[in-house]
Amino acid sequence: MAATRRLQKELADIRKSGIKSFRDIQVDESNILTWQGLIVPENPPYNKGAFRIEVNFPAEYPFKPPKINFKTKIYHPNVDEKGQVCLPIISAENWKPATKTDQVIEALINLVNEPEPEHPLRADLAEDYTKDRKKFMKNAEEFTKKNSEKRPAD
Amino acid sequence: MQSDEEYLYDCDSGNESSGDDVGLEFGLEGEPGGGGGCVGAGKYKETEDYPYEVLSTEEITTHMIECIKEVNSVVNIPITTTRILLNHFKWDKEKLMERFYDGDQEKLFLEAHVISPYKGSMKSQKVPVKTSNGMEECEICFLNMPSAMMTGIECGHRFCTGCWTEYLTTKIIDEGMGQTISCAAHACSILVDDQTVMRLITDSKVRLKYQHLITKSFVECNRLLRWCPYPDCNYAIKVQYPETRPVMCKCRNVFCFNCGENWHDPVKCHLLRRWIKKCDDDSETSNWIAANTKECPKCKVTIEKDGGCNHMVCKNQSCKADFCWVCLGPWEPHGSSWYSCNRYDEFEAKQARDAQEKSRAALQRYLFYCNRYMNHMQSLKFENKLYSAVKEKMEEMQQHNMSWIEVQFLKKAVDILCECRQTLMFTYVFAYYLRKNNQSVIFEENQKDVESATETLSEYLERDITQENLADIKQKVQDKYRYCDQRRRKLLEHVHEGYEKDWWDYTEI
Repeated sequence: MAATRRLQKELADIRKSGIKSFRDIQVDESNILTWQGLIVPENPPYNKGAFRIEVNFPAEYPFKPPKINFKTKIYHPNVDEKGQVCLPIISAENWKPATKTDQVIEALINLVNEPEPEHPLRADLAEDYTKDRKKFMKNAEEFTKKNSEKRPAD
Repeated sequence: MQSDEEYLYDCDSGNESSGDDVGLEFGLEGEPGGGGGCVGAGKYKETEDYPYEVLSTEEITTHMIECIKEVNSVVNIPITTTRILLNHFKWDKEKLMERFYDGDQEKLFLEAHVISPYKGSMKSQKVPVKTSNGMEECEICFLNMPSAMMTGIECGHRFCTGCWTEYLTTKIIDEGMGQTISCAAHACSILVDDQTVMRLITDSKVRLKYQHLITKSFVECNRLLRWCPYPDCNYAIKVQYPETRPVMCKCRNVFCFNCGENWHDPVKCHLLRRWIKKCDDDSETSNWIAANTKECPKCKVTIEKDGGCNHMVCKNQSCKADFCWVCLGPWEPHGSSWYSCNRYDEFEAKQARDAQEKSRAALQRYLFYCNRYMNHMQSLKFENKLYSAVKEKMEEMQQHNMSWIEVQFLKKAVDILCECRQTLMFTYVFAYYLRKNNQSVIFEENQKDVESATETLSEYLERDITQENLADIKQKVQDKYRYCDQRRRKLLEHVHEGYEKDWWDYTEI
C-alpha cells in the first residue's frame, strides 16, 4: 500500500529530525494511519501547556489529506469544542500530495501560536481576541493551565 | 412553463416536423419563434431582432477551440498557456489582449498561475534529485523511478506518472476541479494544462468528466453563453451581446438570457430574483406571526388570542401581566368600563398597534399579489394540459370534413392563452414592487383588461366545442384571442415605454 510506505518514511524522518514543538509521537504498530503527538507551542498564552493531537490519514493518502483533531481541550479561535481545526493546507480542495506531514504540523503550530480570527471556528473567542485581547489572554491562560497537558521538561 | 405535454405535442406542420434543428434556424434567422413550429407562430415577436444560436456540447467545444485559436494567432504563445490565460479572463478575449499588450506581462502570467513562455521552462533549471544509479525519487510515493517514468509541467516539479494520474483523477472525480488543478508540489500554484491532463489520464470516464468540467466552466464564465436551465438539457445559448431577452432552446424551453429564469416580461430580472427569494423564504412565516399575534407588553412572549375577551393575562408563569389586547396598555385602568376603552390615545399603545397594523397590511398586500401570481402559474400548468385536449379535438374535427388549416385556430388560441397567462403572472410581480402613480394606474387598467379577456378566452376553450356551434365558436375564439394578444402587447409596450421614460418607482419591500 502506497500510504503505508510513505507514512513509515515520513514517521522515521520526523522522529529523526527531533523537532521540539511536536514530540512524543505515538503510532500503533498495527495501524500506521493514526498518529498521536504532543504540540508544544512557543507563544503565550499557549506556552503554559502542551496539547495532544491526533492525525488521521485516509487509506487514499497521500492523494487525500489527513485530518487533525485536538485531544486536549484548547481555548483557541480556530479550534472548536470538539477539537476540530480548520487548516487550509489540509482542505480537500487545496491538498497537495507532495505536502509532507511535517509541513502540515508546522502549519498547525503556526496557527496555534498565531490565531487567525478572520476565519474562526469559534466566533465568540475570535471577537474577544480582536476586540479585547487582555480578556482573551486572561481566559486562555486560565483555561490552558486548567486543561492542558504538562510541557516536557527539556 | 414548458411541460412534457407541450413538448410531446406534435403538430404536423409538415416542413417543421423535426424539432432538432428548429432552435438553430431560429437563431440564424434572428427570428425566434417566427418560423412556426409547435410553440406557435408569433411567440415573442415583440422582441426585435436578437440573434442567438443554440449549441450542443460538441459545438461548445469547437467554439472554445476557435476562441483559443483566434487569440493564439495574435499572441503567439503555447496554446495551453493561451487557454489558461483565457480562462483567467473569463474568456473575454478583448480583456486578455488589452492586458497582454498594455500591462506587465510577467505579472499577468503570475496572476494566471502560468510560467511565462518567454522565460523558458524551469524544467531545465531544476536539477532532478538523482540517486547514484540514475534513478529519481518521486516525492509523493517515495519510490525510486527511472527518469523516463518521471514527468512534470513548466514549473519543473517532477513526480512519477502513476502519482500524477492518481492525483489528477482525485481532483477531477472527487473535487470536480477542471481548469484550476495546480501542480502536485507543496505550495506550487502553477496550473496543470489540459494537454498534460489528457496525456496522463487514460481512463475514459475520467477524461469525459474532465472535458465536461472544462466546457461547464467555459460556458459558465463566458458572458455570451448560458446553459439552458431545463432539467437534463445539455444545450447552451450563444448570443452576440448579452441582454435581457427571451431565447428558445432546442428543447423548446424559453428563458431569459440574462438571468436564466423563465421569460418574465414585464418584470425586470432583479425584481424577479427578489420576488422568488421572498416566495421561497420562510420569512413569510414571521410576517404571519407579526400580523396575527401580539407580544406581551411586559415579557414580550408571543401571544395568539384564542377567545373573545380582551382582558389578557399572560400565561408566562414568571410574567402573568394583565393587559388589554386592543391597546396593549395595562388592564387595570380599564376596570369594568372596558367598552369605552379610553386608552386608545396612549402613545406607546398606539405605536404598538401601528407596527402591528403595518405588518398586517404588508402581509395582506403580499398575499394579494402572491395569490394572483400563483393562480396564473397554476392555470398555466393546466393550459399545457389543454394542448392535448385541443389536439384531440382538432383530429376529431378533421374527421368531420374540416381541413387541417381550418382547425389550426384552436392551437393558436391555446398558444395565446399561455402567453397571456405567463405575462399576467409576471405583471403581479412587477405590480407588487410598483409604487402608485398615474402611470401605474394605467398599467393596472391594462392588466385588468388583459386578465378579463384571458379568462373569457380560457372559458371558451374549456367549454365543450361541438360540431354544431363550431362556426360560431370559431369566430368568437378568434376575435377573443386577437384581442388578448393585442392587449397583452399594449400592456408590455406601456411598461417598456415606462422603463425608457423612467415612470416606474419601486417600493422598498
